[in-house]
Amino acid sequence: MEWIPSFLRRRRLYDDLSEEMQLHLEERAEHLMAEGMSPREAQQAARRAFGNRTLLEERSRLVWQWPTLESIWADVRIAMRNLRRSPGFTIAAVMTLALAIGANAVVFGVLNALILRPLNVPDAQSLYTIERGGYKEQATSYPDYLDLRDRNRSFDGLTAYILIQVALDTGKNPSEVWGYEVTGNYFDAMKIQPYLGRFFHVADEHGPNSAPYLVLAYAYWHSHFQDDRGVVGRVVQVNKHPYTVLGVTPPDFRGTLLFFSPDFFVPMVNREDGPSFLSNRGQRNIFMVLGHVKAGVTPAQAIADLNSIGAYLEKTYPKDDAYMTYSLARPSLIGDMLGPAVKGFMTGLMLLAGLILLAACANLGSLFAARAADRSREVALRLALGSSRTRILRAVLTEALLISLVGGVLGLLGSVALLRQLSTWQPIPEYPMHVPLYPDAKVYLVALLLALTSGFLFGAVPVRQILRTNPYEVVKAGSTGIIAGNAGRRITLRDVLLVVQIAICAVLVTSSLVAVRGLARSIHSNFGFEPENAILVDTTLSMAGYSGDKVPAMQRRMINALQTIPGVRSVGFVSEIPLGGGGETADVFTEQTTDLRTSNAAANVQVYKISPEYICAAGTSLLAGRGFSWQDDGNSPRVAIVNAQFARRVFGSVSNALDKYYKTEEGTRVQIVGIAEDGKYYQMTEDPRPAMFLPFLQSPTGMTTLVVRSERDPQQLAGAIRIKLRGIDDGLPMFIQTWTQGLDIAMFPSRVATVALGMLGLMGAMLSLTGMFGMAAYSVSKRLRELGIRMALGARRSEVLQAALGRSLRLLAIGSAAGLLLGVLASRVLAFIVYTATPRDPLILAGVVLTMLLLGLVATWIPAQRALSIDPMTLLRED
Amino acid sequence: MPIVKGPMTDSKPRDLFPGALEMMILESLRRQPAHGYALVQHIQQRSNNLLQVEEGSLYPALQRLLKSKLVKAEWGVSSTNRRVRTYQITALGLRHLEQQISSFERMFEGIALVLNPGKSPAS
Repeated sequence: MEWIPSFLRRRRLYDDLSEEMQLHLEERAEHLMAEGMSPREAQQAARRAFGNRTLLEERSRLVWQWPTLESIWADVRIAMRNLRRSPGFTIAAVMTLALAIGANAVVFGVLNALILRPLNVPDAQSLYTIERGGYKEQATSYPDYLDLRDRNRSFDGLTAYILIQVALDTGKNPSEVWGYEVTGNYFDAMKIQPYLGRFFHVADEHGPNSAPYLVLAYAYWHSHFQDDRGVVGRVVQVNKHPYTVLGVTPPDFRGTLLFFSPDFFVPMVNREDGPSFLSNRGQRNIFMVLGHVKAGVTPAQAIADLNSIGAYLEKTYPKDDAYMTYSLARPSLIGDMLGPAVKGFMTGLMLLAGLILLAACANLGSLFAARAADRSREVALRLALGSSRTRILRAVLTEALLISLVGGVLGLLGSVALLRQLSTWQPIPEYPMHVPLYPDAKVYLVALLLALTSGFLFGAVPVRQILRTNPYEVVKAGSTGIIAGNAGRRITLRDVLLVVQIAICAVLVTSSLVAVRGLARSIHSNFGFEPENAILVDTTLSMAGYSGDKVPAMQRRMINALQTIPGVRSVGFVSEIPLGGGGETADVFTEQTTDLRTSNAAANVQVYKISPEYICAAGTSLLAGRGFSWQDDGNSPRVAIVNAQFARRVFGSVSNALDKYYKTEEGTRVQIVGIAEDGKYYQMTEDPRPAMFLPFLQSPTGMTTLVVRSERDPQQLAGAIRIKLRGIDDGLPMFIQTWTQGLDIAMFPSRVATVALGMLGLMGAMLSLTGMFGMAAYSVSKRLRELGIRMALGARRSEVLQAALGRSLRLLAIGSAAGLLLGVLASRVLAFIVYTATPRDPLILAGVVLTMLLLGLVATWIPAQRALSIDPMTLLRED
Repeated sequence: MPIVKGPMTDSKPRDLFPGALEMMILESLRRQPAHGYALVQHIQQRSNNLLQVEEGSLYPALQRLLKSKLVKAEWGVSSTNRRVRTYQITALGLRHLEQQISSFERMFEGIALVLNPGKSPAS
């Protein structure tokens, strides 16, 4: 601890030193005077003999200092003083970096939350979901699940769940809430302990309707029961059936999907279709099967284990089970349903954000180079006065790091605010979707590291310039700053940086235009229905207690009631709307097939159960044949309308299919009476899929989404619909929205992509704008005298402009061309998120060229004005 | 860096090797305590003005010696009635000097051997 007293004594040590040196100089001068020199000469000679006093004093003091830290602190103080002296430069640099770091922190924060962070359950690293077959399907039937659970030797408890929406009546207002139907072992397999009360277990289940128990999620308990601990043991109504509340989950457990937080958990043995659900092997209603792989078992071993069970199932149940090969995936993004797309998109976004940072670095690098050039006289003077080049470099680097740290912290603060905002965002009101994007230590660390790295990057740009500074030349050249040998260089580092920056910007502009255009196209693409002027009324009749024959009767009453609303053109309903996020499929067989096992199926087809008017209400056009009528009921022959893809797949062509028959999984012959146009069913980017429509009087369904077509104002219409339906049953839960809003879930990915890419493109454009402006303004200000002379000698305005800005514009052209080319290549990454994203679209190419041109014009406008307003006389008089 | 006008007296100054100045200061102080100016005079005279130490470069060296407690300093009044800061070698300084000299001599011997391969150092 020697440095403590020495730190306190230091002032005295320094004073002693100065005095000692002063005395030395005096003594030497006296001696010289004694030898006959004049006092003036003697003092000068004494100083010459002594050497550079300031430097020597500094070096002597250095002996006492805590070397690195203190000299760093000194550098920081000098840097701060320098930066304060040029606030414009400082603010521009800090803001540039704050934006770039902020963008990176936000993108990384999202990437971290979606991909890197494991689910909030114990041992998330060994938690896998099971996917089946080449299409990586999650859906499983309950009997298959039981076989997987009981026959495997690789998992610590295999559990399963289904997402459901129910009407929950806690004694006050019944409300629609989302939850999980789970197997009895769900909480045990997830190793979750109750926060309050208890959970249900396998032992609580004894077949259909044996376990009317309900567990509340903490968030729902907190917001709807106000943390009332007395809730345990209370009976609540789920779709009008009594359930006993057993307990509450811990606060940090949000289910086993990342973006879907359930409000409650109930055992799936209590499903309303319990008996058939529990025993029907072909009814694949389970949303996801998942479990922890046992310690010491590799994923490959677990897959082999599952596949042997699959082979057994295929052999034992050939009618229902085919393609029973399995793979494992992470459950948080529904395995391979969203995982790879999200990963690909986020990686692409991270790359683009990295490009932003690179562009910012190039921007700052050229700013720093320009600053260093402007300060070359200062640097030369300092070198001439005995400062070392390392010391000067350290000062420049300190400035760069200071800017990068301040910018980084600002950017981080902004991104944290944005991430918190995004975390509370619920993009699709119909679903309890929200993603906890809260930043963690990893995000902070990455942001700071990026800031420091970029500080070193752009701080290193002027290094060569400083190392090569020749103090003698610079001082001799005077204020004009034209140094022989430097003016003739054709390509400077600044030029290269500018081209790089513009190229990066062009990449970003290209990809954001691709995304915007893709979105615009997807809005106007052919869905197979007409979303404009249509209202969706989502009513799940089972929630209101309807079952059996009461369901179709009620459906018919609803249609009749809504048809009486003035201005309504047609009303129909469908079991699940296409592109609504859900969907039901079935296998179909050719008429000749007798062995109706899944592997013999002619196609796996989307199934929509509809009322006769649906085709008309949805605006789906029929290519051939007829629609359904109310006569297509249980007493008449089975009929179906199939889409063109179905016809092509099963019968070879549209004209071949009409009036032909196919066979269902049960072997029933169904006649095709109409052919409908193809549509989109799961997502915007999908390839054409076969689909069929069945009359609801022949294929009953409780799921009812009414489609009301009318030109009336949706708001008014919704009110009228509500009144009409309440008139029939005032306990009926319903969700009313326009069909365009209903497409939100299908449009969500491309919208997010467009917003994200648009933001990045905007930032890129801003960066290149400032970069180009800086470059043009700098080159004009450096060449003011030259331009003045040209004007005095009679140069025309266009020639002056050519001289002043030609170079900047040439660089712009080179950079844009390079960027456009790269952008076209990079945009392939987008193709699978953004519908019909093709960068080879002439409109996009033209858009990019136009944008870059516009940016160039804007950026060079002010410097050009300045160049043109030069008055040669005043300019030449100045020197 | 202290610089030396070497015996070859070409105009280019040449760096003294690290630690040389400190060694010379300690040696001077071993003979008698002195203040900075006197030390410079002493070193220059003893080297027959071959070593023209930049006078000021003495002070960083003195501070280093002070810090490592090889010398101590005291303000006083000189025989010529000047206020001076007189340096004195410490016991630690003496030990250090002896080590330095012997290691320096070994080094010098080695250099001499390399430069004059014919002669044996003993002769």
